[in-house]
Amino acid sequence: MNSSVACADEVLVSCRGVWKVFGKHVDEAIEASRDRGVSKKQILHDHGCVIGVSDVSLEVKRGEIFCIMGLSGSGKSTLIRLLNKLIVPSAGQVLVKGQDLATLDGAALRKVRSQHIGMVFQSVALLPHRSVLENVAFGLEVQGVSKHERHAAAQQSLEKVGLSDWATRFPGELSGGMQQRVGLARVLTCDPEIILMDEPFSALDPLIRRQLQDEFRGLTKSLGKSAVFITHDLEEAIRLGDRIAIMKDGVIIQVGSAEDIVLKPADAYVADFVAGISRLHLVRAHSVMSQHAQWAARHPHIDLAALPVAGPQADLDELINLLIQSGAEALLIVEGGQPVGVVTPTDLLRGVQGSESEEGAAVVAPEVQA
Amino acid sequence: MNPTEMRVSPGAWLAPAIDWLNANFHPLFAFISRVVDTVLGAFETVLLALPGWGVIALVTLLALLLINLRTAVLAAAMLGFCWLSGLWTASMQTLALVSVSVLLSVLIAFPLGILAARVKRFEQMSSPVLNIMQTVPPWVYLIPAVMIFSLGKVPAIMATVIYGVAPMMRLTTLAFRQVPRNLLELGQALGATPRVILLKIEIPAAVPTLLVGLNQCILLSLAMVVLAGLVGAGGLGAEVTRGLTRMEMGLGLRAGLAIVAVALLLDRLSRGLLQRKPIQQS
Repeated sequence: MNSSVACADEVLVSCRGVWKVFGKHVDEAIEASRDRGVSKKQILHDHGCVIGVSDVSLEVKRGEIFCIMGLSGSGKSTLIRLLNKLIVPSAGQVLVKGQDLATLDGAALRKVRSQHIGMVFQSVALLPHRSVLENVAFGLEVQGVSKHERHAAAQQSLEKVGLSDWATRFPGELSGGMQQRVGLARVLTCDPEIILMDEPFSALDPLIRRQLQDEFRGLTKSLGKSAVFITHDLEEAIRLGDRIAIMKDGVIIQVGSAEDIVLKPADAYVADFVAGISRLHLVRAHSVMSQHAQWAARHPHIDLAALPVAGPQADLDELINLLIQSGAEALLIVEGGQPVGVVTPTDLLRGVQGSESEEGAAVVAPEVQA
Repeated sequence: MNPTEMRVSPGAWLAPAIDWLNANFHPLFAFISRVVDTVLGAFETVLLALPGWGVIALVTLLALLLINLRTAVLAAAMLGFCWLSGLWTASMQTLALVSVSVLLSVLIAFPLGILAARVKRFEQMSSPVLNIMQTVPPWVYLIPAVMIFSLGKVPAIMATVIYGVAPMMRLTTLAFRQVPRNLLELGQALGATPRVILLKIEIPAAVPTLLVGLNQCILLSLAMVVLAGLVGAGGLGAEVTRGLTRMEMGLGLRAGLAIVAVALLLDRLSRGLLQRKPIQQS
């Protein structure tokens, strides 16, 4: 899933040591938390301050979908609102396309919001007294674009999300999934480079949610947009995210690809989350394969060149299918024309199981009995 | 000392204040008086320009076109009663008084209501004042109004406006408080200016509650305008007062029923006109 990680490394959004503390004695609370490591609870008690976001630094690159996963109260909704300054940070810098939001005046900030960084809300926030088309065109209307032009653009966006027949209806007539599509169309109409998604699919039923996830990922990639996607659902983050940040109590605990997070959880909290996740589409050949030279030495009667071939990026699901269909003893993993390893049924089982000693187990293990 | 002998009387310092205002700001009040009188005169002239049946036909037709048949029939019946009971001129005067009062009330209450919704401090300060304004028996307002503007229609309108501002302002504040937060966030996230957010997001979202406020304002104003017959405001109020002073049951009852007719008319027409576009709820 992370095969298409940003080709250009241009950073579009960047947070540097950002804090958001709610309450009166903000500076003292930050000082206590940062320099003395006082706990969140203690700070609430001592200073009457609630820490929403604590010393977060992150970078979102062009073309990537960056997921922020956390449970309710982890500060993820606060964090995403800091990125377009709907909430003003207590400390630290937020840069959008190299511009420090804190230095912008009202007009410049509005320009950034209207042209560079769009937002989709969990509640959709459609205007009930306007038709679907007028809702979708609203962003351009705010910018003063002529009616003809903005309605044409809105109609195009509606087509992209498959709702062109619903233009004249009102939001109240649409189902939840359709409303969220309208929200997506509205943000696409403004054509921003960065889309902030604040738990957009959380309130939808699982089937519609999956459908919208796929559509969203497809649209974002085909239009070359970057997105910051907030979710409380790790599976959603894994389906969508090129990179995932796990957030807890206002702190980002781990940032990495879905595979990194599932295979190398940074702490027990992340490990707990990851425990129930299916690895079939996450774990790839390069992380389960054994050394081909050793394997060949142990199986002199098998011709390496005759084994079915797969790439190092092939996931467990593909590998299992390939192995079963070919009926071979193992799969040869080839990169750039050179064999780099083999995947045996044992490796596959270990991969699915997700035991921590994969490497050791896979290399040494039960080949003896084969 | 017996505590009941201590007379607490706000009037004791309020009356000199009114006197002082009267002495020092007379030109200002005279000017306000002239403006209100002119506007009111214009309303009356328009309402009385056509003969009674002409106005009835026109209003019925407009109600039919803009609202629905039911409202049109009701309007015809109510205005018909005013015409047939021989109180046409008085009814139209009352309508003009109510229209001008409501217009002024809304002009004052709407911006103040928005201010109260935005600035918590202002709401805290204005709330007790509104409570007093709504609870004091309305004819008490007639006293300072008459002291400043003398007898006639202008003090009636002033007293009515004081009475009508409170519900309109309260409901305006409520209406703007109720605008969903996520819609405001949407406006900001789209880079809309505060003015655009006000005009295109807040006011449309506030309309249903604003309508309730307007309706209240109209009906309370009507009640007050009738009461102002006591100070020579003319219209149906004057007929009721005349019926009372002469003990003429027939006149009093006719005027009373005409007031009911005007009230129903204003209520249904204002509701019908303002709710023409049904608000789609999500």
